Amino acid sequence: MTPKREPGVLIAVEGLDGSGKSTQIHLLYEWLYGLRLRVHFTEWNSSSLVRDATRRGKRKQLLTPTTFSLIHATDFADRYERQILPMLRGGYIVLCDRYIFTSFARDAVRGCDPEWVRRMYGFARVPDFTLYFRLPLETALGRILEGRPRLKYFEAGMDLDLSPDITESFRIFQARVMQQYEGLASEFGFTVMDATRNVHDQQQEVRRIIGAGVDLSHYRTRVPR
Amino acid sequence: MTPRERRCFGSPPPGLDLARLTGALVVIEGPDSSGRSTHIGLLADWLEQEGYAVAQVGLKRSRLVGKELEAAKEGNALSPRTMSLFYATDFYDQLENTIVPAMRAGSVVLADRYIFTPMARDAVRGADADWLASLYSKAIVPDAVFYLQVSDRTLVDRTLASHGGLDYWESGMDLGLERDWFGSFIKYQRKVRAEFRKLQQRYGFEAINANGSIPGIQTEIKERVRRVLHALYPHHAIP
Repeated sequence: MTPKREPGVLIAVEGLDGSGKSTQIHLLYEWLYGLRLRVHFTEWNSSSLVRDATRRGKRKQLLTPTTFSLIHATDFADRYERQILPMLRGGYIVLCDRYIFTSFARDAVRGCDPEWVRRMYGFARVPDFTLYFRLPLETALGRILEGRPRLKYFEAGMDLDLSPDITESFRIFQARVMQQYEGLASEFGFTVMDATRNVHDQQQEVRRIIGAGVDLSHYRTRVPR
Repeated sequence: MTPRERRCFGSPPPGLDLARLTGALVVIEGPDSSGRSTHIGLLADWLEQEGYAVAQVGLKRSRLVGKELEAAKEGNALSPRTMSLFYATDFYDQLENTIVPAMRAGSVVLADRYIFTPMARDAVRGADADWLASLYSKAIVPDAVFYLQVSDRTLVDRTLASHGGLDYWESGMDLGLERDWFGSFIKYQRKVRAEFRKLQQRYGFEAINANGSIPGIQTEIKERVRRVLHALYPHHAIP
């Protein structure tokens, strides 16, 4: 852990696929940007250097629970040290669409030792705000499945042999991930958001929470846009 | 060690049934130019002549990330922490997809470096020893680890003679120890050696004085491997 706390603010959103968290953090970004604040957005699994390996590993189904966990940690470490940490040092508000808790939840479902995963991510700062978008499992599944998507192998937890049917596997996998999130919510003190409400109302709530918890005047941009 | 006593340093990775591993795992560690690959090659020939199936693994050889890791080293663009995790990914891919299947089939796995070289290199670059120990705690405990130790003089002589120059990473140039590659090489190798000493204490493996001639050292290694295999394969005695 870094001994001296960086002056920036770290905000993460977590939740099931279909919980609407990406929409909410996007709208939060737009608001903070519009206020002319120093704000940076980063999303899970997007480091360019690690992406090729991750993609191939997924397409060719080369990944085991252990290497699945490690390759995501590698991706995270690259973004953490290249973007997140410098941005925090530079006094930015950093918005993360999924953070280490996504790994904590998924890797636990895949049978990885939770202590091992936590220690691996021990270098990462715990967010100042972790907004957890909670909604009933059936609602989340409905939002994803009604579009008749082509579910991906790992996304549906097919590597766990839960069911030969990919949609059924996805349902079981999401249920287990949700169970993990519920445990993490109390362990790490997530701010629980009611993700069944309409987008606008949720966003008002998100802005109220961030506006009340962060002195936004400290984060005005010093660079003319 | 009998298969029943087979264990990992910590709890095993999900899906690994240690009781089914009937093969052996022999590790050779040491810097480049310490004679590692030569000894691995000689051991492999000898074991095959004795009728053992042999499988070989080494750093950066995984199907999953081997190529990307090589590219990352070329580009020198990843932070030390990212490199640590990348190497660990490469290691576990080989552990689960090469080492474990080979050991399940009863083969002798020869590892041209295992977890100790990445750990020592990462420690030199500031990684926390406990963080590293946890990261690699899912690794199978080898039946034998030979750490080839050579003096600065021997290492420099052999490296210059065989490569006609020094390697960026093996000289620790990313650490900014010295502008001069030769000086940096010496300083870096000393640091790695110091980290290896700590690992030796933590994991209890032996160092072999590898300054001497290849045949002499090979005889010493063979003698120890013979003892290890006698215990593991009681019905397959090497004369």
